Amino acid sequence: MSDKSSELSMLEAINETLHSEMARDERIVILGEDVGRNGGVFRATEGLIEKFGENRVVDTPISEAAIAGSSVGLAMAGLVPVAEIQFLGFSYQAMHQIAGQIARLRYRTQSRFEPQITIRAPFGGGVRTPELHSDSLEAQFANIPGLKIALPASASDAKGLLTSAIRDPDPVLFLEPLRGYRGIRDMVPDGEHIVPLGKANLVKEGTDVVIISWSYQVELCRRVADSFEKEGVSVAVLDLRTLVPLDTEAINEIVTKCGRAVVVQEAPETGGFASEIIATINDECFWSLESPVVRISGFDVPYPVGMLETFYVPDEERIRAAVLKSIEKD
Amino acid sequence: MPKPNDNQLQMIFEDMVIARTQAGRLWNLQRQGQIGTIAPIDGHEATIVGAVHALETESDWVLPQYREPLGLRRYGPEILDAFMLYNLGHPLGGHIPDPIKVVPSQISLAASIPHAVGLAWGMSLKNDPGAVLVFFGDGASSEGDFYEAGNLAGVLKAPVIFLCVNNQWAISTPTSLQTAADSFASKSSAFGIPGVQVDGNDPSLVFEAVSEARERAVNGKGPTLIESTVYRLGAHTTADDPTRYVPSEELSAAKKRDPLLSLQKELKKRNLWSDEKQNEVEKYALERMDEALEKAKNTPLQPSSVLDHCFETETLRLSKQRKYLLESLGGAHE
Repeated sequence: MSDKSSELSMLEAINETLHSEMARDERIVILGEDVGRNGGVFRATEGLIEKFGENRVVDTPISEAAIAGSSVGLAMAGLVPVAEIQFLGFSYQAMHQIAGQIARLRYRTQSRFEPQITIRAPFGGGVRTPELHSDSLEAQFANIPGLKIALPASASDAKGLLTSAIRDPDPVLFLEPLRGYRGIRDMVPDGEHIVPLGKANLVKEGTDVVIISWSYQVELCRRVADSFEKEGVSVAVLDLRTLVPLDTEAINEIVTKCGRAVVVQEAPETGGFASEIIATINDECFWSLESPVVRISGFDVPYPVGMLETFYVPDEERIRAAVLKSIEKD
Repeated sequence: MPKPNDNQLQMIFEDMVIARTQAGRLWNLQRQGQIGTIAPIDGHEATIVGAVHALETESDWVLPQYREPLGLRRYGPEILDAFMLYNLGHPLGGHIPDPIKVVPSQISLAASIPHAVGLAWGMSLKNDPGAVLVFFGDGASSEGDFYEAGNLAGVLKAPVIFLCVNNQWAISTPTSLQTAADSFASKSSAFGIPGVQVDGNDPSLVFEAVSEARERAVNGKGPTLIESTVYRLGAHTTADDPTRYVPSEELSAAKKRDPLLSLQKELKKRNLWSDEKQNEVEKYALERMDEALEKAKNTPLQPSSVLDHCFETETLRLSKQRKYLLESLGGAHE
């Protein structure tokens, strides 16, 4: 690892990682809609086609199922596909290939075929997109055995986790927060930087209550935690980084230490991954709790149109209220 | 284009007889409760075997749907061995060993078509020789995967052969309710690739069509869609009762065109086949199946293998679940 680092946006970190990984491993093929000549609709794949050519950076027809499905075949041929689904909301068109084929390939062939496949997709709200461009579907994917899910909350982690995802011998869904592409900037180590899948990040130490979250919401949780500091409340923030594998040890450790926990997700409440975290706390460290775990999430409605968005996505105010609820004495 | 020579035709017929004979045995094994649901090959032998004999087993991949395995003998005895494990419900039934270029049966209709395109595309990116042949049925051609994959293959000029085995039925749905197109082959025009129709009861014609498609594929001319028309002579699967929907007169007529009958007659006339040979091959087919079944039954299985091969490295969650499973089994199944 290099000692030097540079300040990058999450988008720049992702682009840089794709460049360096493609240079490192000539088996890597990028495929997706508008990933070549246009450099991706957010420019995540900018410059790749110029550098690596149109055999390795492929503009596909608008066919999510064929993007995911042909990735299976590319992997069978010994290549390493890094596919892009332009927005996670359109992964529904590829769901039968992702859930029914990619995630099962190793299991159903008893490891004859290794699905070393990364699927990148932007997701999450806050930027007033058209319908189906903002949906947080991570819990739906977490219920698919055989699929890993990485969701960076910082530019540095975007680099480290994407590097791990591409090199992982199993399929990884790599989710990039729309709001974070340009909205999140931090110091990113130059050169090779690896963040292992399955290791949560204690973004902020604390002793009174821990907020557990992932992806862009971590940024909001961190701000809320900082604001409590001035009031003498010590709030920890745990960024899960990956939902599968889940770092149950880190959850156990920090919840045991704090005795109080808040779980924040942007996705709808029912069947969301926050429920899984609360069940995990129940399994691992229930008796260390001093108050019920509080859950903050979006509502059980389809992701709303732009003018309603601010009433849907959890914000600092809601997270703050949840922390107060968690620590209130009765 | 090349038709199979006499020697090839004999080998093709031998494989067809073996497939039909073993299919009969499989049906009985299922009825005896020894194996799970199977999809009989009856009526599809000429298409499957004829196609496979036109391929180079060293370089060409085959992606079967689920009716094909008994017809893939040319790719090696491991196919039947894995198929019998599969029929027993053993996880190793999905493991056809390297370097055999056959993937396990695909249950999700048309789902393997994009896999075939990706594989063919990957082979051409790596300059690997060979082509990819994917089997699917008339019903599967109505799935989105068929259209998306066919379109992508056309754009990429991937060396892939789409073999649509039109057996006239998708369980109980006749082709007239499956499509309003003139033919399944005509759908190739949407992909900008050639589409051809062959009489799937004549393995020589299938061999010829696949040879031609292969020639195009390996010479960088891209994919071909072949519609091979047969008639499903049996049930869809052991769980199906076709007397509910197949008109009996139609089935009787189809049985008169049974691909095994006409080829046997022709080969006998040309002294390339005999009743003795027929008996000998049938006997071999059953012995071989018994051997594969025995081998499958004697293949060890640990209950905890239900948790194997999900990821290369087990997650914390799975380790916890493995511990729970082993404890619940009383530690007797380590």
